[in-house]
Amino acid sequence: MYISHLDLLRTFQRVFLRQGIVLRHSQGFHPHPILSFALPLSVGQESVCELLDLETVEDLDCAALPGRLAPSLPEGIRALECRAPARPIRDLAELLCRVELVYDGGVPAGGAEEVGKLLTGETLVVQKRTKRKAMADIDIRPMLHSLEVEEESGLLRLTVRVAAQNPGLNPALLAAAIAAHRPELTPDFTRVRRLEVLDGAGGVFW
Amino acid sequence: MDKRLERILPRVQKPARYVGGEYNAVMKPKDEVDVRFAFCFPDTYEIGMSNLGFRILYGVMNDMPGVWCERAFTPWTDMEEEMRAAGIPLWCLESGDPVGQFDIIGFSVGYEMAYTAMLNMLDLSGLPLRSEDRPDLTPLVIAGGTAMYNAEPVADFIDLALIGEGEDVLPELITLFRKAKQEGWDKSRFLRAAAEIQGVYVPSLYTISYHEDGTISAITSLDGAPERVYKRVVHDMDKSYYPAKTIVPSTEIVHDRVTLEVFRGCIRGCRFCQAGYVYRPVRCRSREQLARYARESVEDSGYQEITLSSLSTSDYPELVGLCSDLELFCGEKHVNLSLPSLRADNFSMELMQRLQKGRKAGLTFAPEAGTQRLRDAINKNVTEEELMESLRTAFSGGWSAVKLYFMLGLPTETDEDVAAIAELANRAVHVWREYASNKNRPLRITVSTSWFVPKPFTAFQWEPQISIEEYERRVKLLRSSITAKAVTYNWHDGDTSFLEAVLARGDRRVGRVLEKAYRKGARLDAWTDCFDLGRWTEAFAECGLDPAFYANRERGRDEIMPWSVISCYVSDSYLWRQRELAYQSETTPDCRTQCGGCGANIVEGGECCRG
Repeated sequence: MYISHLDLLRTFQRVFLRQGIVLRHSQGFHPHPILSFALPLSVGQESVCELLDLETVEDLDCAALPGRLAPSLPEGIRALECRAPARPIRDLAELLCRVELVYDGGVPAGGAEEVGKLLTGETLVVQKRTKRKAMADIDIRPMLHSLEVEEESGLLRLTVRVAAQNPGLNPALLAAAIAAHRPELTPDFTRVRRLEVLDGAGGVFW
Repeated sequence: MDKRLERILPRVQKPARYVGGEYNAVMKPKDEVDVRFAFCFPDTYEIGMSNLGFRILYGVMNDMPGVWCERAFTPWTDMEEEMRAAGIPLWCLESGDPVGQFDIIGFSVGYEMAYTAMLNMLDLSGLPLRSEDRPDLTPLVIAGGTAMYNAEPVADFIDLALIGEGEDVLPELITLFRKAKQEGWDKSRFLRAAAEIQGVYVPSLYTISYHEDGTISAITSLDGAPERVYKRVVHDMDKSYYPAKTIVPSTEIVHDRVTLEVFRGCIRGCRFCQAGYVYRPVRCRSREQLARYARESVEDSGYQEITLSSLSTSDYPELVGLCSDLELFCGEKHVNLSLPSLRADNFSMELMQRLQKGRKAGLTFAPEAGTQRLRDAINKNVTEEELMESLRTAFSGGWSAVKLYFMLGLPTETDEDVAAIAELANRAVHVWREYASNKNRPLRITVSTSWFVPKPFTAFQWEPQISIEEYERRVKLLRSSITAKAVTYNWHDGDTSFLEAVLARGDRRVGRVLEKAYRKGARLDAWTDCFDLGRWTEAFAECGLDPAFYANRERGRDEIMPWSVISCYVSDSYLWRQRELAYQSETTPDCRTQCGGCGANIVEGGECCRG
């Protein structure tokens, strides 16, 4: 996904308008449609499990909605399922993600083990830009809940469960952590794909 | 996706402009297509996708069976660097195929400052810049758009230019091209045949000779090419293509809304305005059809804003009726209706007030000149009384931000005219004090001046542009004359307008300068942060040409202009008469009040002015 979170929201507002589905709007001087993504997706990352929260003015046939939206969506975006909300978004605790660390010259010897060791150590400090635009050291280790490392030709495939919110961990920071602490293991490229949204008990959040 | 792109995209600004895949982008199976057209816009994605003409022609071409028109834009400098470093040639967004492999590469050129971006796009496609270095029929490099009324500065790079409106001539050209491709014609045979189509200008079929003083002594047509190339015109706007189903970009562009073109042409005849002359005669769309297109466009796109587009929307004969039709539908769909290009008159202000719901955004007026004398000289038929009356209505109606646009350096301008701009702004402040309905909201008046650029096919095509020192002196004079605190003054960068004046009336020799400036790094010259006049000054010096010859020289009545072979139907004698009237500060009535006999009525059998 190469469009920004705000652009994606705007795109969806139009998708609903194309289908004549009227979204409920906020009250106030500048009403805006009640439509939001549970967890904004970073530009350049992929996802097969985005959650879009919305309210419509009229009742919807949820089962029919994905089919209805299909012709109005740009290429590469699909609506998979629609349900009435069963639980609050705050129950969304974890994201299951795949992080591919690509090494153009092949994975360095012992790379899988070394990366595993680094990421599951006591602490994992990275520099991150704060809201005040200063750089700050933060320990992301507590936000990484599980890790599996597989080696394939030219890449390490990490399957991770990370904290989703309050605060959440952008899996791309794992690559930044490797670059900071084990520069010789810095990947040439990192691919991130969200696979599933989970609740705190390891079940699918839905 | 290309693996190399996957690496690059996360590193560049706004990668959404390079990936395509937007809603309504046209995809076609390659085996059902025999002509592939790379439609190139020599500016960024956000600018190009905001261009209505670009969208119209994209639709027209893709409606042709067997033709697939795809889009390419100029990459921003960061992306260009990445592409060059990785050896990725420019590609089209729909198929991802390299531009260099297409049958026809067509540029939409509305503005002279885009010329270096054209060269850049050819270069990024891996093609030789010069037409003579591309001996094969494909890829054929063509260009159209308002800037092509004087195509001479790019004449050596393109194979042909399309003059005037493209809706009809492009399909004719593509049909001829298809025949040429099937029958294996060579490029020169095709170009000779293409030159017979009205509106097609093939520069290589004309040789230019010069006097010793650098002016043109003759333009000679070769191989039976026409002595005069007449522009193409769409005759019936109700039958012409309107892109009701059009691409909706996934990222924000400059004009991110439905653009409803209510009419083409302009009845006003402002003497500096190229569009006002070359788009004659006025042709309107019917109110019923516009209302239908508005509905279709909003329903298909999901846009929540419609803007009415034309050169002077107040002059649409059924504007009130049209707005009533649209208001009804916009109200129920929560769609905003905006009307730019309104005149500063009572009628327009009443309409604005009626349509404006909620927040009162800024209002913009373009008096263009500070004194009535100068406004009369340029035939900008707006009186100070009308302007003040409009401001009274605006301020009492709750507006508190007003922008006023002027030009500096207009022919016959004196210091008195410059100072009068400040006085006009002061008077606006007084009007606000007297009439503002809400004085708690601070008044903001923005005075903006641009620098007058004489353009071909206008009454001022013979005029010199004042020197940059003189321009800067007048800016300073105006700056010191503006004293009111509520008034902010912005002025246009002089270097850009100077180069624009050079290129607008440049001849074929300027092509060498273009190429040199490009090699020195000039591209995206319309963007201040990319523009550097120094490169151009060097390039001119190396070519032994003087930019002042093009920008600051007054032309004689009988001088052969670089664009003399082109005709927009408005006669030279009419333009000259308009110039003489300008020097007498005499106005010319608008086309509806009285036909001025400009010559454009030939197109519509003598009845162009009813509009």
